[in-house]
Amino acid sequence: MDPVRLHYDISGSDFTTAGEASGKIKKTLKSLGFSPAVVRNVTIAVYEAEINMVIHAGGGAIDADIFPDRIEVVLKDEGPGIQDIDLAMQEGWSTAPENVRQLGFGAGMGLPNIKKYSDDLQIESEVGRGTTIRITVQNK
Amino acid sequence: MTIQEIMQTLDAEVITGADFLDREIRTACGSDLMSDVLAFVKEQAMLLTGLVNPQVIRTAEMMDMTCILFVRGKRPTLDMIDLANENDIVLLGTPYEMFTACGRLYSKGMRGRSGK
Ligand SMILES: Nc1ncnc2c1ncn2[C@@H]1O[C@H](COP(=O)(O)OP(=O)(O)OP(=O)(O)O)[C@@H](O)[C@H]1O
Ligand SMILES: [Mg+2]
Repeated sequence: MDPVRLHYDISGSDFTTAGEASGKIKKTLKSLGFSPAVVRNVTIAVYEAEINMVIHAGGGAIDADIFPDRIEVVLKDEGPGIQDIDLAMQEGWSTAPENVRQLGFGAGMGLPNIKKYSDDLQIESEVGRGTTIRITVQNK
Repeated sequence: MTIQEIMQTLDAEVITGADFLDREIRTACGSDLMSDVLAFVKEQAMLLTGLVNPQVIRTAEMMDMTCILFVRGKRPTLDMIDLANENDIVLLGTPYEMFTACGRLYSKGMRGRSGK
């Protein structure tokens, strides 16, 4: 069966619209009848990754493939990349500047939280080229 | 508690969502850090915050929170109110600061994530 496919281009300059794509993915999953728990897991993981894309990488693109048994979301940016992924995965580690902290983000909780809410998280990153995050949530 | 009772407890006014004041809210969370809300909130239906920017509404939307209370006289911007309306989220404002607002709700039976 073909997946339901969603694609969003994410602006890196507009903090106001950050989260719009995650909200649309959430509404789509809800309307397709996925359970509240599955919708919640996908939504929180994708929102964290979308915010990261805006505050750390200057925007990018989100592709979601919705299968009956799983949801796969790929977030691809051409930002600065992540130097040390193990370090970035640690709770509390953040390079967010002061202006991002004033907006209520930058506690270094996002990537660990994505791991917590997903069944699989793959991060590919090259310094100076960009980052690709793959999130999979199983429909249990 | 209903949102109506929360408003009475906190001398709060409704900014948007006046149609939903009979909603029942049992647990809440108070934070100015959306990172923490995303990482630690479980089923809490209400967010108390002194932070004002659209990601406050987005965060509540993602977490299925149905009511946001702005403390110490803070008021949301128009685009935040629009976003709340789109998602049926009630926005309230109270003159009390965070500590007092949380304390007054706690004394009326509202609880945090632990339920204690
Ligand atoms: N898409 C990305 N491009 C470049 N760097 C990133 C990206 N995503 C994360 N990072 C790096 O990894 C660090 C940790 O990310 P994480 O999401 O865990 O925390 P944060 O975004 O800094 O804070 P929080 O998520 O709590 O608001 C970031 O501070 C940043 O240095
Ligand atoms: Mg983050």
